[in-house]
Amino acid sequence: MSEQPVAARPIRRRIITEEVHEGPVRAHAYVCEAASCMSAQAHDITLRLGEAAAEAGLTDVVIKRVGCLGLCAAGPLVEIPETGQLFSAVTPDGTAPIVTALAAVKSTDERQPQGPFFEKQLRVATENMGRIDPESLEDYLGRGGYDALKKVLSDMTSSEVRDEIMRSGLRGRGGAGFPTGLKWTTVAKAEGKQKYVICNADEGDPGAFMDRSVLESDPYRILEGMAIAAFAVHATEGYIYCRAEYPLAVARLRTAIRNAQRAGYLGAGIADTSFNFDVQIRLGAGAFVCGEETALIASVEGKRGTPRPRPPYPAVEGLFDCPTLINNVETFASVPTILRKGAEWYSGIGIGKSKGTKVFALAGRIVNTGLVEVPMGMSLREIIYDIGGGIIDGRPFKAVQTGGPSGGCIPAEHLDMPVSYESLIELGSFMGSGGMIVMDDTSCMVDVAKYFMDFCRDESCGKCVPCRVGTTQLWMLLDQITRGQATMADLDQLERLAGIVRRMSLCGLGQGAPNPIFSTLRYFRDEYLAHIVDKVCPAGVCTIEQPAEVMA
Amino acid sequence: MPALYTKPSPPSDDKRWKIVETRMRRMGDRPAALIEALHAAQEAFGYLDEGALHFVGDTLGVPHSRVYGVATFYSFFTLKPQGDHTCVVCTGTACYINGSKEILAGLERNLGVKPKQTTEDGKVSLLTARCLGACSLAPAVIIDGDVKGKVNVGDLVAQLEAM
Repeated sequence: MSEQPVAARPIRRRIITEEVHEGPVRAHAYVCEAASCMSAQAHDITLRLGEAAAEAGLTDVVIKRVGCLGLCAAGPLVEIPETGQLFSAVTPDGTAPIVTALAAVKSTDERQPQGPFFEKQLRVATENMGRIDPESLEDYLGRGGYDALKKVLSDMTSSEVRDEIMRSGLRGRGGAGFPTGLKWTTVAKAEGKQKYVICNADEGDPGAFMDRSVLESDPYRILEGMAIAAFAVHATEGYIYCRAEYPLAVARLRTAIRNAQRAGYLGAGIADTSFNFDVQIRLGAGAFVCGEETALIASVEGKRGTPRPRPPYPAVEGLFDCPTLINNVETFASVPTILRKGAEWYSGIGIGKSKGTKVFALAGRIVNTGLVEVPMGMSLREIIYDIGGGIIDGRPFKAVQTGGPSGGCIPAEHLDMPVSYESLIELGSFMGSGGMIVMDDTSCMVDVAKYFMDFCRDESCGKCVPCRVGTTQLWMLLDQITRGQATMADLDQLERLAGIVRRMSLCGLGQGAPNPIFSTLRYFRDEYLAHIVDKVCPAGVCTIEQPAEVMA
Repeated sequence: MPALYTKPSPPSDDKRWKIVETRMRRMGDRPAALIEALHAAQEAFGYLDEGALHFVGDTLGVPHSRVYGVATFYSFFTLKPQGDHTCVVCTGTACYINGSKEILAGLERNLGVKPKQTTEDGKVSLLTARCLGACSLAPAVIIDGDVKGKVNVGDLVAQLEAM
């Protein structure tokens, strides 16, 4: 626990978009105001674009801030939805072409395809991203928001809701893929007067930013999903446990909670029924292990975030020893759409036991860095090359890392494997929360394994010995290898110890920590051997210490 | 007869303590409010000193040992005062493979600071973060709350030296 994440200042600026337009609106300009574009002055672009449009005498256009448009690499982005035109890398002073394009929009224009990055996606959890003003309840309602909750409260019993989720085949999107309907049923049947619903928004995997984008772009969806879950499991109180590193997401959630309370979608008597449910936010404080559910519960209770053995599972004995439902952001985000469109529709998407869609964050040495949602079963090649645009500078692809510090690296020969929970485990990796980090020939796989082990030894909470001591020892062995100081005996030791840490650790952090080692050994053993036997780093990343010459 | 409970008073009459007290009271002064209270105190004062830890613990009925345990467990909390400016370098995977290591090395070479240290003149504190979630901007840093993406070491050093 030596690192010190510090949050960016919360951004509290007045809402300036959506000035009330009396007359007909001919064209819109959607300005992406999610964190990535915000850091490149997207808010100034919204303001300047509004001024420029007014100066040009355009009275029938609306400049609107929206959530993440997905293609973060090209940000800040502005879209004209009527024509599908996209403007990338916009600056506050460079809004003139957008104004010209706005002036040229005709009512007969049809939306043009925006290229494979957008066309090959299927949006469920992210269906409103980039389409609505994240803080506007009216916008959310206008896109069918809260229809699902109203339908649930007026036409369905809680067991019907649970059945619907069960039949949809939805599985936990936080990584392990536990069937959501089954979890809901367990909580509903657990004994206890007070029950809780918790949204796990402690997205700690480095290189993953799906949850952040969903929270920043469509916060009401999470509140609706949680309310439906609360109805299904008979809970009345909810918590969103969000990282403190996401100030914009927290600010938007707070606004959304306030607005939903005022409009009667949270609090007592929701949507004029007898159903009560309220939500509070709890801030994380920079501990990766708090993504583990029992550690997260300890943290919500104001304690050190250390996990405890399961059973009892949180579904039976969770927050303040009451039955507690914990789901990830993306899981809750999928719920309203499933109930609106039906379980059959959802289970018709996907492959095998992995139904529906999954959101991935593409990052690393890839052209189209950003956020994508695709049907389960799409191949890695389609995701990385067709949607992701391939590798930067046309360099050779080496591996894609999925699943964060508990995941693994998948090499080129498996690029055609359809992505699902099962296939990734078969390949020695892990779905995880959905980060995909693409690496080219400039990355050394031993160094990558060492990087993740450094992460795990630092984030180990210290409660159990295999993880606390094991991850440090594994890191030291990897360090020796990358310095060219290791022998083949060290490699045996590394494999043996990695197995012990995997089998003996208390929680998922320790159990998953050796995965990067196993997967790189499986596919890139030659790189380990090059460091150990030939004393060279093939990628030229590691600094090999040459042994001092022995004086004769 | 046991002494009647009196509400502990803040370590000083600094008005910022009111914010901390209010945050705790809203959560019923219960032990579960500990982390929220520490957030409030750090937001108000920039760091947590021993006086703050004692006051929060006494108000919420949490032993000082546990308050200290929580404050040091979470890397977000700092027990040391920070420099005038902070520079947080993201060390997430995307930033790592796009050169955050070189940024840290460059800052150490030019400003003489390692992560968690403050420059000798007290101007800049250097910190690292696990992942800012700004992977599309890799390598990313936060300077005084503003995210800067696709950072170049030379420009960053120049900017920090000018502060």
